[in-house]
Order: sequence, then C-alpha cells, then structure tokens
Amino acid sequence: MRGVNYTPPRWATRFLRWYCRPELAEDLEGDLHEFFQRNLALKGPRQARWIYILDVLKFLRLYTVRQPSFFYFLTHWIMLRSYLTTSGRNMVRHKLFSFINIAGLAVSMSVGLVVIGVLSDVLSYDTFHVHRDRTYRLISRYEYMGDKGNSFMGTTSLRAARLIHESFSGVEEMVAVRGQFQGDWQLGEKIVPLSGFWTQPSFFNVFSFELIKGNAATALQRPFSVVLTETSARKLFGDEDPIGKTMVFNKDRSYTVTGVVKDIPFFSHIKFEMLGSLSTLEIVAAEEWRKDAWDDVWNTWVYLRLPPKTDLADFDARLAQLSAQEDPSVPDTHIELDLQPMKEIMFSDSMGNQIGPVMGGTLLWVFGGLAFVVILSAGLNYTNLSIARALRRTREVGVRKAIGAMRGHVMAQFLVEAVLISLCALSLAVVCFILVRPHFLTIEPDIQKMFTLQLSPAVLVMFFVFAVVVGLLAGLFPSLFFANVRALQVLKGSSFHGSKKVTGRKVLMVVQYCISIILVCVSIGVYRQYIHYINYDLGFSTENILNLSLQGNSANVLKKELAELPEVKGMAQSMIVTSVGNYWGTNMRYPGNPLDTIGTGVSYNTIDEHYMPLHGHQLIAGRNFLPKPDSARETEVIVNQQVLKRFNIGGQDPEKALGDVLRVDQKDMTIVGVMKDFSYGRANDRSSRETIFRHDPKQARWLNVKIQSDDLIATYAKIEAIWKRIDPNHPLEARFYSDQIAESFSGLKATVKLAGFLAFLAICIASLGLLGMVVFTTEVRLKEISIRKVMGASETTLLFLLGRGFILLLLLAAGISVPLVVLGFEQVVFPNIANHAPINLGEMLWGVVGVLVVAVLTIVTQSLKTARANPAEVLKNE
Amino acid sequence: MKGTNLGEFEELVLLTIATLVSEAYSVAICDDLAQKTGREVKLGVVHSVLNRLEEKGLAKSHLGEATKERGGKRKRYYTVTNAGKAALVRAKEMRDQYWNIIPELKWKGI
Repeated sequence: MRGVNYTPPRWATRFLRWYCRPELAEDLEGDLHEFFQRNLALKGPRQARWIYILDVLKFLRLYTVRQPSFFYFLTHWIMLRSYLTTSGRNMVRHKLFSFINIAGLAVSMSVGLVVIGVLSDVLSYDTFHVHRDRTYRLISRYEYMGDKGNSFMGTTSLRAARLIHESFSGVEEMVAVRGQFQGDWQLGEKIVPLSGFWTQPSFFNVFSFELIKGNAATALQRPFSVVLTETSARKLFGDEDPIGKTMVFNKDRSYTVTGVVKDIPFFSHIKFEMLGSLSTLEIVAAEEWRKDAWDDVWNTWVYLRLPPKTDLADFDARLAQLSAQEDPSVPDTHIELDLQPMKEIMFSDSMGNQIGPVMGGTLLWVFGGLAFVVILSAGLNYTNLSIARALRRTREVGVRKAIGAMRGHVMAQFLVEAVLISLCALSLAVVCFILVRPHFLTIEPDIQKMFTLQLSPAVLVMFFVFAVVVGLLAGLFPSLFFANVRALQVLKGSSFHGSKKVTGRKVLMVVQYCISIILVCVSIGVYRQYIHYINYDLGFSTENILNLSLQGNSANVLKKELAELPEVKGMAQSMIVTSVGNYWGTNMRYPGNPLDTIGTGVSYNTIDEHYMPLHGHQLIAGRNFLPKPDSARETEVIVNQQVLKRFNIGGQDPEKALGDVLRVDQKDMTIVGVMKDFSYGRANDRSSRETIFRHDPKQARWLNVKIQSDDLIATYAKIEAIWKRIDPNHPLEARFYSDQIAESFSGLKATVKLAGFLAFLAICIASLGLLGMVVFTTEVRLKEISIRKVMGASETTLLFLLGRGFILLLLLAAGISVPLVVLGFEQVVFPNIANHAPINLGEMLWGVVGVLVVAVLTIVTQSLKTARANPAEVLKNE
Repeated sequence: MKGTNLGEFEELVLLTIATLVSEAYSVAICDDLAQKTGREVKLGVVHSVLNRLEEKGLAKSHLGEATKERGGKRKRYYTVTNAGKAALVRAKEMRDQYWNIIPELKWKGI
C-alpha cells in the first residue's frame, strides 16, 4: 500500500463485469475490492491478487450471470444477411486478396484434411467389435539379466494365458492367438497359399468376427480344424460348400474345414485369411507345447475381456504377482505383464511384435504438428493482409458504428467474413485432398494397408467444423482490430492508418519465411542422409547381386538350373539377407574364459562356402569354409573382430584366435577365420555387434545370385522362367541387393517426400503472403513513387526503395532459420542416429537461395509494375 | 417450500441484518457472522443468501454512497422487511415451543 498502489488484476475485474448482471456488478466489485485491500495488508500483494482471481471465478453462479439479451441475438441474426452481402462484395472487389487468402488456406487446409482423414481412419479401427471398450491385450516386457532396455511387446507367452485363464477370477472371455500359421493348401491339383493364426474357440466370443457357416462354439475345438474367410473359401472351393471338406497342408497333414468367417473388415488390426485350431499345435509342435515356457513371449497374442468397472490397478497387481511366481522358472529373466486397451493398439507404434501394421501415435503427432504449422502460416497471411488493408475497411466500420453497431456486431461481421473465406477454401481444399490422397497413400507401402482416407459423412462434418474453426481463428485478430475502431475519428476524415503496427506484420512475415526455409533445409538434410545410407560402405559388396527367396524349394536344384545361364557369374546361399534390418541371434560362450559363464548374444548368418567371396567379405586371418555335404555336422565358425574383442580371444590377435573353440547354440565350433567387421543390421545401426558366420547348407533360405548382364530385365525374365518350372505355385520373390537396402530406408524416403511436400506448400503460402504485402505497400506508396519519379528518380532507385525492406526481412529469416536447422541436426538428430553423413551446408544454402529467389521475383515484378507506372496518370487528379 | 421456511444460515444472516441496522452491507454482514459464530464465512455464500432473501421478499436493499476503499464502488445496504421480521418472529416462536416443553431435569447433567 504505502507508496506503491496495488490494484486487483484488471482482466479479472473485466471478466466479472462481463459475466455479471449489471445490477449486481457494482456491489460485487466493491466487495471484492474491499477484500482485496484487506488481503493486501494481511497476506501481501501476490496472494491478494490470487484470492481476488479465485473469488471472481467463484462468483460465477447462476444468479450472478447476465441473461443473454434476446434483442442482441436478434440483431445479429437480422444483420447476418448484411454481413454476408458486404463480405461477398468485398471478396469480389478485391479479387487478388481473396485469391491469396483462399488459395493459401485451401492448400494448407488440404494437409489438415489428410490429418483428419488419418485420424478418423485410425479411430475407426476395431469399432466393429461389440465389446471393444472392455477388450484388452496382454502385453509383456522381456528383461534379461536386469537389462531394462526392452520396451513392451504386443505378444506374451501361452503359459501366461493358460495361468490367467485357470487362476484369475473376473475375466469374462479370453483367447490366445498364436502366429505363423502359414503355408500351402493342396486340394487335388490346386495349391493355394494362405496365412493366418492358430487360435481357440473363444476367438469368436472375444471378437465380433462373424461366422457365417459352421458352429462358433466348436469350429476351432478339435485338432486339424480350419476356419476360412469367405475369400479364401472361394479361392479353394469356388461356390461349393466348404464345410466338412478336407485338404492337405504343406504336403503333410490333412485338415477339415469347420467354418467360414465373413471377410475381415478393412479397419481391423487383426487380419487373417484363415484360422487353425490351437489344439493342432499340441500334436504338430508337441515338443514346444510340452515346454510351455514362461519366456516364450514372442509369438502369442492374448486378448481378454473384463467385466465393466474392473479395477485395472488391482488386475495389474495380480499380473505382477503372477510374474513373481513364474519368473524363477527361467533363470535371469523377468517378464513384466500389462494390459493394453484395444482402442490404443493402433496408436502403439513404439511396441514390438505387433499382430499387424500399426502407425498411430508418432505419425499423427509429427504430421499433425507440421499441418498445424502450415495452416498457421496461411492463417497469418489472412490476419496480416486483413489488417494491412484496414485503411479501406475502417470507413465502412465507422459508418456501421455511427448508426448503432456495437463492438460485438463489428466482430461478428469480420468473423463471418473470415469463415466465408475459409469455407470457400474448404471446397478447394477438398479437391486438393482428393488429388493428394493417392500420393499420400503410396508414400509408404504400409500406409496403403492401413488407411483408406474415404470421405464418409462423419469425416465431411469434421472437415466443415475444422474449416469453421480455422476461419474463426484467422478472423479473430482482424475482428478485434476492427471492433476497436473509433467511429468519430474515422468519419472526421483524419487519415486513419491501419498499418500502425508494422512491426507485427514484419514479424509474421519473418516467421512464415523461417518456417519455409526450415522445412526446405530439413528435407534437403534428410535426403542427404538417405542418399548417404543407401550408398553406405557396408564392409562388403552388394553390386549386381540378386537375392532370391527359396520359399522352401531346394537350393541345389535351383542352383543347377541357374548355373546354365551365361549371365550368372556366381551363386551363394544364406539364411538371411544382412544389412537390410534383419537380425538373427543366438547365445555364444567362450569356454577359453571360464569366468565368463553368461556369454553374449551374437548376430549370425548361416552361409555356404561361396558366400564370402561373392559378397567380398574380407578375411583378416584364417580361411573360408570348405565345401561339405548338406548332411554334415556344423563344426566351424567365422567370427568378426568384435567377437575377439568381446571375449578377448587370443589377446585380440586374429592369427592366435584361429583354432579356438566357441560354444554356440550348445554346439562346439572351431574358429576357422576372422573377418573384418561389417554392418550386420543396417547402415544406421549404432551397435557394432558381435557377428559370426555359420556354415550349414541346410539352413539356406536365400540364394544370392551374382549377375553380369547388359540387359537386366531379360536376365530377370530368364530367371523367372526357370523358377516357374521348379515352383509353379509361388511367384518369384527376387530383389536386387541395392534395392533391398533402399527399401529398408523407405521410412526415411517417406520423410523426405513428406517434408519436401510440406516445404513446397509452406513456400507457396509464404510467397502468396509476400505477394499480398508487396501489392499493398506499393499501392499505398503509388503517389510517393510518382512524385519521386517526376523529380527524377530512376527505376532502379525506386526498385531498390520498394524492395529493400522486404529483402532485409528475407535475409533475416534465412539468418535465423539456417542456424536453427544446423543446430537441430547437430544437437537433436545426430546424437540419436549412427553413421550419419555430415551436414552439407552448401546444399542447404542452395535450398535457401531457391526460396529467396522465388520471393525476390515476387517483390521485383510487383515493384517494377509500380515503378514503371506513368506518374502523369497517377497524379493527374491531384 | 420457497418463501415459507427460513434456513439456518438464512436466519442468521437475517438476524445480522437486523442487528447491524443501517450498516448492514455484505462485507460487514460477513465479518459480523464470522465473529459471532466463530466459523469461516465465505463472501460468496453470504452473497447468494442475501440474493435469495431479497428474492423471497424478506430483505430489501438500496445502494449507498461511494467510498474510497471500495475502488469507488457503492455499497448495497440491506434492511429487513416486514415479511422478514414476521419470519424471524415465527422461527423464534417455533423454537420456544420446543424449549418450553423440554423438562428441566434433562439438562442437569451438563
């Protein structure tokens, strides 16, 4: 109090005045003020203000709130026509500005529409399940030796499912779904490959998949029963009734068709072509079944339905108890269980071992964020241009106010105008959306499997709401601005300049260009990484190697046939294709170091003797594998340098390590060679893992064919012909190694495409905004320019005069955004990815120059028009 | 029920208005109540009760003169109307009826 005069927060008082009935307001305000002064003395200014705000909010009660005046609304309603007419006239009169606003908003809104489409698609997943809200998936986290590094997986063990089923109360329904039911059905001459899951009869209780033929309760009961989808049934049996028919699976056992399920809806996170009875596995995978291991958490999905209002915390506690009880059955391992609501499955893209593709969370956030930025940019254009043109509109507002319009009416008028523009933009945006849709869907192969982006009525309603919201937000600032116009001042004729707050507009422009330049630089930067990775020196050669999936066929037969082609220069076989993101691991110990009893996980590939020379893997010491018959035992291993380092074999001297014995997969294997390290996982994989090559021709699943040919297409056709002769049922699956590597980085490529597209949009929008600003400023200065010209200024001087301000702003934007991008890459992105390429500043600067050139062209063409205007024409009325 | 019965707090507020005579405005009522009853009395509650009393016709109000400590805002002074007085008397009589029939013996233990 003394000296300093503290006052209650003004906004709170204003808020009180706004909501409170006029007859109560004065009294209330006085009371609160009195209390405020009292608290000021007792508790100090901070608390007093705080209490004041709380009290204002507390007084918001039914009896204090002002009743909305019917008359007020009525005038709004009556005036709506007038608003629409004036807005329409305005749009038509200022075609350029309307065009800039509508085009900018439309382009940016189309991105927003895609986000809405994706969101609506993701949200419509699994909605056909009747009990979706109460259905959960049992997920687990595998922890070995206290290593908490693993995240949750969508899978869990069959044992957990069984124990919960037996001992937990309060589980309504439950089903286990086991993966990899995949193979060829043989029906007479016909062979049809299908894939699906092994599961239990309760499948049809937990999920709402509709069984159209067969008995839901028993269809999946007995071993060797199979339920087909409508489409699969048609593939196998045509129009015949499939129930009770038998067919042979993988040339082995025969199964009976016990049911036909309606085709799986597109928006189902589980997709299958057939279902087999889980009881079959008791017979065909008897050994695994008997093991019933607690840590076999890799291949079973368990879903359960809980009664309404289940205490999930209590359930979690019971799961933890179960873990504690079962953990001792597997040494050094802890399995943590948890429940995941079915609604969240599509958003859990950070979770491993999904039953199908998911892509919710990250994509939505990133894409939604970028869309927001682009829409913000277009919205700023609108705000910017509307206020810049205030000069022309203030007179109209002045007249309206003079004849009785209130603040609210003026605001309503400008909001209506903004919404009108935004709705016009929406119709254009929907066209853009339809044009962009196919490109978006093909950006990444998985996207097409997950989204349809169909325009359903619900989506259209969301579009409409979205457009209205965008319009309201874009129009909010201008409408507030115009609502504050003083009628008297305007009508008196004092030149009222709407462009007082020039700094604000300059800031907006710089922000827009910063966004554009950042997006351009990011696209260029990510593209550089992509190129770097697909050309990365992996430590071996992938040139001209065609990888051919054997799909269960004999490698030897195929090799014999292919060897006859002159273009085939060499062939090798391997279990997996390395360096494209495949990992195959096992445990390895080194008996030479008795203290090291735990061993380590190693990545491996099983190859033949031709593999290393064909791929140019370099041996540092020792020799390659020697040819051996398919039936021979596995006794030799080739290790990389990391293995020597990990176990300190032979003092890390490759020559001394030769002949030492390693224990891999419970087998003793002699080190016959030491090879140079290579990128086993992928070029951007940080972990330089311990890697070994094993030698076992039986394990071959891929044929690596080295080709030398001038006409690759013809060669491929020849290979395909040979394949058809050997396996007429499966199409050839062969890819060039370099293509496979490029594909493994398709995520990165999609990012480049997306960022590039958004950068393009941002540049369009920023350029439109710039165009508007330049047109406006040059128009305002037309007389000034003409006088200057009469006085003898040259066109160049004028051009410089007009453009200087803008170009300085552009340079400022570049000066802010380029360091930001570089810093972002160096500090945030690079520490998280391995083997990245250094930033190429030169390339980025070219991108910046590109953006600036477009901007400068915009400025120059418009300024030139003004500078060339005939001063006599302009000044003749003065 | 509205207008017929007097709630406990309403009765207290009405009594306070009566005791404060010409100084009965919201903050003073609030302070007086807090002092006499020893409980924490919230301004918001007093306000809504005053509003209700006025609606029921048990009290009426007029705006006074502006003072400095209220940021130049006028006070709203309350007085008890005839209906209000009648309601107070009725409430007291009702209680007295009960008090009169409680035998003295019962209170000896206290």
